[in-house]
Amino acid sequence: MSPFSGVIHLQKGCMNMKKLFALVLALCMALSLVACGGSSSSDTEDTTGDVSTADSVEDAEASVAADTEGTTSDGSLITVGFAQVGHESDWRTASTQSCQDVFTEANGYELVFVDCDNDSATQLEAVRGFIQQEVDYIIIDPIVSTGWDTVLTECEDAGIPVIVIDRTIDDSDKYAAWVGSNFTTEGLAAGEWLNAYAEAKGIEISGILVIEGTTGASATLGRTEGFQQIADSYGWTILDSQDGDFTQDGGQEVMESYCKSYEGQFNVVICQNDNEAFGAMTAMTNAGVSYGEDGDVTLISFDACTAGLEYVQQGLINADFERNPLAAPFVAEVIEQLEAGETPETEIYMEEHWFTYDETVSSFTVDGAEQTVTVVTDEVVEAQY
Amino acid sequence: MSRIRKITQMKLFLPIFCMILVMLINVVADVAMGKVHWSFFTISIKNGLLYGRIIDVLNRGSEVAILAIGMTLVVSSSAGTDISVGSVMSLCACFCCMLLAGYGVSSTTEFALPLIVGVLGCLLMGCLCGAFNGTLVAYLNVQPMVATLILYSAARAIGLLFCNNLIVYIRVPTSGLSIGYDIFGGYIGPIPTPIIIAAVCVAIMTLVLKKTAFGISVQSVGINRKASRIAGLNSQRLILLCYIICGLCAGIAGLVASSRITSADANNIGLNYEMDAILAVALGGNSLGGGKFNLAGSIIGAYTIQAITTTMYNIGVSSAQAPVFKGIIVIIIVVIQAPPFKAFMANQRAKRQQASGKEAASV
Repeated sequence: MSPFSGVIHLQKGCMNMKKLFALVLALCMALSLVACGGSSSSDTEDTTGDVSTADSVEDAEASVAADTEGTTSDGSLITVGFAQVGHESDWRTASTQSCQDVFTEANGYELVFVDCDNDSATQLEAVRGFIQQEVDYIIIDPIVSTGWDTVLTECEDAGIPVIVIDRTIDDSDKYAAWVGSNFTTEGLAAGEWLNAYAEAKGIEISGILVIEGTTGASATLGRTEGFQQIADSYGWTILDSQDGDFTQDGGQEVMESYCKSYEGQFNVVICQNDNEAFGAMTAMTNAGVSYGEDGDVTLISFDACTAGLEYVQQGLINADFERNPLAAPFVAEVIEQLEAGETPETEIYMEEHWFTYDETVSSFTVDGAEQTVTVVTDEVVEAQY
Repeated sequence: MSRIRKITQMKLFLPIFCMILVMLINVVADVAMGKVHWSFFTISIKNGLLYGRIIDVLNRGSEVAILAIGMTLVVSSSAGTDISVGSVMSLCACFCCMLLAGYGVSSTTEFALPLIVGVLGCLLMGCLCGAFNGTLVAYLNVQPMVATLILYSAARAIGLLFCNNLIVYIRVPTSGLSIGYDIFGGYIGPIPTPIIIAAVCVAIMTLVLKKTAFGISVQSVGINRKASRIAGLNSQRLILLCYIICGLCAGIAGLVASSRITSADANNIGLNYEMDAILAVALGGNSLGGGKFNLAGSIIGAYTIQAITTTMYNIGVSSAQAPVFKGIIVIIIVVIQAPPFKAFMANQRAKRQQASGKEAASV
């Protein structure tokens, strides 16, 4: 026994109290977390109205079992299960809303919605839940592009057609159709618009800087490839192309560096999403570079969220190329075709809008197809997600 | 000769040497690419603001430098790392923006509450998170990595709840005497505010370490917790205090990061910053096993990391390959500072001296 053991022994009573206190503190924190989580789920149920919403697969099963009894057999309501990625951005929320607006009982549908919170395991579980509930159609926005073959085979065996939206599935083709954006076309359109715009305004394109999205993302690959094709065909110089990670901070940091590396050498900046464009704008303002309609630099952005369109309306962003979140109407068309016994196309690209400040360029052609631009007005901003 | 050796044997020699090494890469690259040779080090005033790569390094490195202060104390006192700082940054930023914009508002052009309330709320939230981590580590003896793992995964989600799953924009610009939300990430006069904030944080911490016994006590607890307690130090309270300071630093860093983009982007603010902060401590020549620490080393480490990033942009390494280059540079720095490598170098030097001594003797 050490000579200090007595001292330690004396302190023990007080130590236990402290431990108890700490435990209570930790418990409080944990409980408050649970409370927060609970309130948020009730919020979503409030906003979704008559559509049957379920936070977990079990809930979904219960609600379908109660609601759809007899409805599918007499064919009056078509049950659709939708495994959504999550709710990480305005774009995603708009995508969810689109499905909830289209697949209503008034339109003859019963929607079972599962928010997978960006967890691919939850998503697989949700799809299996749909199979057990014997829904008529399954919509998946795949969180990851691989690991789908087994579960899609299960869907096939159960005779349930799967429709994939937005993101792609790479390791299986056991789905009826894919509905999404053609990122390459967006890139091509941006290039062709830039060409027409430069001609109309008499701008000579001296150098182009690209702020890419997250390396390897399908939007990054498509938009880069599409724009590169046009740049090559017109002989434009792309000075640099760096990863801005689809974030405002990333875009700002890359642009700060560009302003120093290529001072006075560029007059076009392409940002592969709106957030990057916001960051690039701050960086250019700080460096004393003028941009937009009245500036030296033509700024092009993608995605076209509301905040982005507001800047287009003010003339700070010259053009914004949309990635349409409203997939549901196209999915409904596919379902109608399948109901009628037809075979839908396997790849369906959604119609998308190209937003500009004014009608300097009213139309241009991409791959021989005529493209019209939408001038941003108050109504356009209002209507955007 | 002896003066050179004195310099090389200084504690901070290697961290500073590594930082200069990273910056010299730019000079070599600029010469090779035919640009202005010392462009990396040029500082000018443009548009009324300080302008230059070095300014970028100081500006962009501020968040990690601030985090490194808290992380150094945590590492020293508890021989573990706080991996929640990045998420806590995001949580504090979201809380601040929620206070300033009002709950559920996604974009505002005027403050719902005075700016000072938001700032204090943000810092308080940081302290609270730090206290939570510290309580788990100090009083419940949970392993630091495990204890901070809770907030690492939960804090970002709580932040999203505060922001009602939206990105909250606070578009209140600074004009004249009215201070807007962009002030902490923008400029005061010609100087970027993050540089000033980081400098103030470092100055305060340095003063505390110099003028009080806090630093010595923390090191003592880190070297031997039990012995320190027997010697009369309240080990548990000291560890708790270190975690609270770390949380506070995360709060300040979160405020700066969110002010830069004048919004609370819960998913991206502070993403992977915990790793940078830990790396900064390690690059500063501090042992992650706790005990003795060197704050200046950690700060230099933080700016070294930013210097590497800025170098990647300057050289124009394509985004896909940048992580590889970063990895290589970090490996080189770590190897230079590894004790066996230092011992090897010392050994070589001794041998050389012996040889030259023998030569001199034979002549």
